[in-house]
Amino acid sequence: MSRLKRQPPWSRQIGRVLLALVAISFLVLFLLLPLAVVFVEALRQGLHVYLSSIGQHEALAAIRLTLLVAAISVPLNVVFGVAAAWLMARFEFRGKALLGAFIDLPFSVSPVISGLVYVLLFGAQGWFGSWLGAHDIKIIFAVPGLVLATIFITLPFVARELIPLMQSQGSDEEEAARVLGAGGWQMFFRVTLPNIRWALLYGVLLCNARAMGEFGAVSVVSGHIRGLTTTMPLEVEMRYNEYDYVGAFAIATLLALLALLTLAIKTLLEWRYSDEIAAHAPGGH
Amino acid sequence: MPPVAIETAMTLQLSHLSRRFTGIPALDDVSLAIAPGEFLALLGSSGSGKTTLLRILAGLDYPDAGTVQLDGRDFLAAEARERKVGLVFQHYALFRHLTVAENVAFGLRVRARKSRPSNADINRRVEQLLKRVQLDGYGRRYPAQLSGGQRQRVALARALAVEPSLLLLDEPFGALDAQVRVALRRWLRELHEELRLTTVFVTHDQEEALELADRIAVMNHGHIEQVGTPEVIYQQPATPFVCEFIGKMNKLAVTCADGRMSVGDWVLEGLPGNDRHAKVVAYVRPEHLSLGLPETRPGWTARLRHVYLAGSVAHLELHIPAIGQTLEADVGGEDVARLGLQVGTELRVAPRSAVVFALGESDARLPFEERWFWQAPDAVPPVPRATSVASIGEGRARAGRCS
Repeated sequence: MSRLKRQPPWSRQIGRVLLALVAISFLVLFLLLPLAVVFVEALRQGLHVYLSSIGQHEALAAIRLTLLVAAISVPLNVVFGVAAAWLMARFEFRGKALLGAFIDLPFSVSPVISGLVYVLLFGAQGWFGSWLGAHDIKIIFAVPGLVLATIFITLPFVARELIPLMQSQGSDEEEAARVLGAGGWQMFFRVTLPNIRWALLYGVLLCNARAMGEFGAVSVVSGHIRGLTTTMPLEVEMRYNEYDYVGAFAIATLLALLALLTLAIKTLLEWRYSDEIAAHAPGGH
Repeated sequence: MPPVAIETAMTLQLSHLSRRFTGIPALDDVSLAIAPGEFLALLGSSGSGKTTLLRILAGLDYPDAGTVQLDGRDFLAAEARERKVGLVFQHYALFRHLTVAENVAFGLRVRARKSRPSNADINRRVEQLLKRVQLDGYGRRYPAQLSGGQRQRVALARALAVEPSLLLLDEPFGALDAQVRVALRRWLRELHEELRLTTVFVTHDQEEALELADRIAVMNHGHIEQVGTPEVIYQQPATPFVCEFIGKMNKLAVTCADGRMSVGDWVLEGLPGNDRHAKVVAYVRPEHLSLGLPETRPGWTARLRHVYLAGSVAHLELHIPAIGQTLEADVGGEDVARLGLQVGTELRVAPRSAVVFALGESDARLPFEERWFWQAPDAVPPVPRATSVASIGEGRARAGRCS
């Protein structure tokens, strides 16, 4: 009896070490190793080749396009996210649950499908195809299509970050501001925005990372026109298919660095403003 | 609108306010006049509509029907920001990202440039207000660094900064512990006497309302049961609800037979006992039970079950076998020894006064059909006879029908 109770501590320690080993080996195998491979492959033929493959015209065009798409879709996402979160957190209305489900839709739909939807809507054979063709407006296989697809994919990021936070904060402070004489915008900029700023920044970071890294939906609407409609992830794929491994991995390092940077800023934010961000993790509503 | 007299010029007149939330009435035809400078309590349990009423006055909610007029002008037409109302929230609602001083200054800083005081003026005002709420020197702190009582005082200073003509307090002491609550209560009363600001405060705590308010509006299920001074509310409850809600009451079922009303051997002399009423109940306050009566007086024989000595007052639990009920009686702490009150003692008991309601089944909209304030015939003179007292008060009793 007593022997059972007084289990030797080393066996428990072994269990702990085993668990840690399993977790670490998974991390190494599935996360760190691929990341390392990206850098190793990119630099296999030396720094010079690496730099020149990044400096190629198509690569620079892809970087520019990626930045452009993110620069358009992320601000729009912020506007939509704040508006949707406000609506969800501050008002009671019929169909609220449905709206919440719609906001989550891009998470549950395969990106390829969402890209395809835009092709079916705006493509040459699509619903609005003939009208768009008649007015010489190009959406599919052009930049507007890339932006549309990216917005759709990243739609939930900011809203999902803000909704639980705003719900848990309640509207007391905003009401106090109104009674104290603040107008709508004054209330928003002096009370609402300061209260959600870190969650908003967090959402923007995630949204940006996804906007730059999105492949599936963008691939469908892009048409892969080199130097015109290929974003960085698409450029990686195309180079890889052309057996230009160094070139593919060179672009991939940029995406990996973006991911690492996002991760670093995210960690920094979580560390500095942990109570403000972590306390309102999704699930709090 | 007819011209209004100067004294009533700033009276806030609430007429027939109704508000429903998804079909459930939160306010049901509420009318109330709030006099300038008065300290009014909206007292009720949760869901009684008191907070809804407060939010309507603050401009944070609007009634489905009814009007609010200030000085004959439509108060509801004004937006929240234009009403010159100070509102203190139950959970303070301080701006967490602003310092105490910035919180207090908020209402001044958001003003349009031409009516906004200069920075120096704002700082001076903030300083004065913080002194007034006994928080000078706390201006640079953040709300999270303050105690509950301190936060509540910051919230009050913030509300006072805009020089409101109406101060609204939503359960101002609800989130504080008992000691702080009592201290802050007294302090608020003093502040009110100094500023004479029309104040409406919402509370579910009757002790708070009785102690603080000039007048109390007792609310229940979205309507006002009774409005009156604390004395009237306590001594002349208008409805059975007020009886049961305010203070402690012993509730007794009254038998009407042979032309008299009685509860066991106790007879309510002077009250007509006819069988017109479906149900009659008498409410007796614990302090209105006479103990140790002579045998000649109508009353009950009771057995003392428990004595809870709570300092200056002793709460007695009296079991009365004849009516199968246990009543509560309050006596002075020193009377326990004087009357030789011990658990198990048998003694004769009868109420000195009671509030009696005839509850009707005929008209479900009315809380009762008739009301009487009954007093024992030999109570201290001059005694208003029970039947003549029936018309006192603001209740919905129809006096005179009983004779």
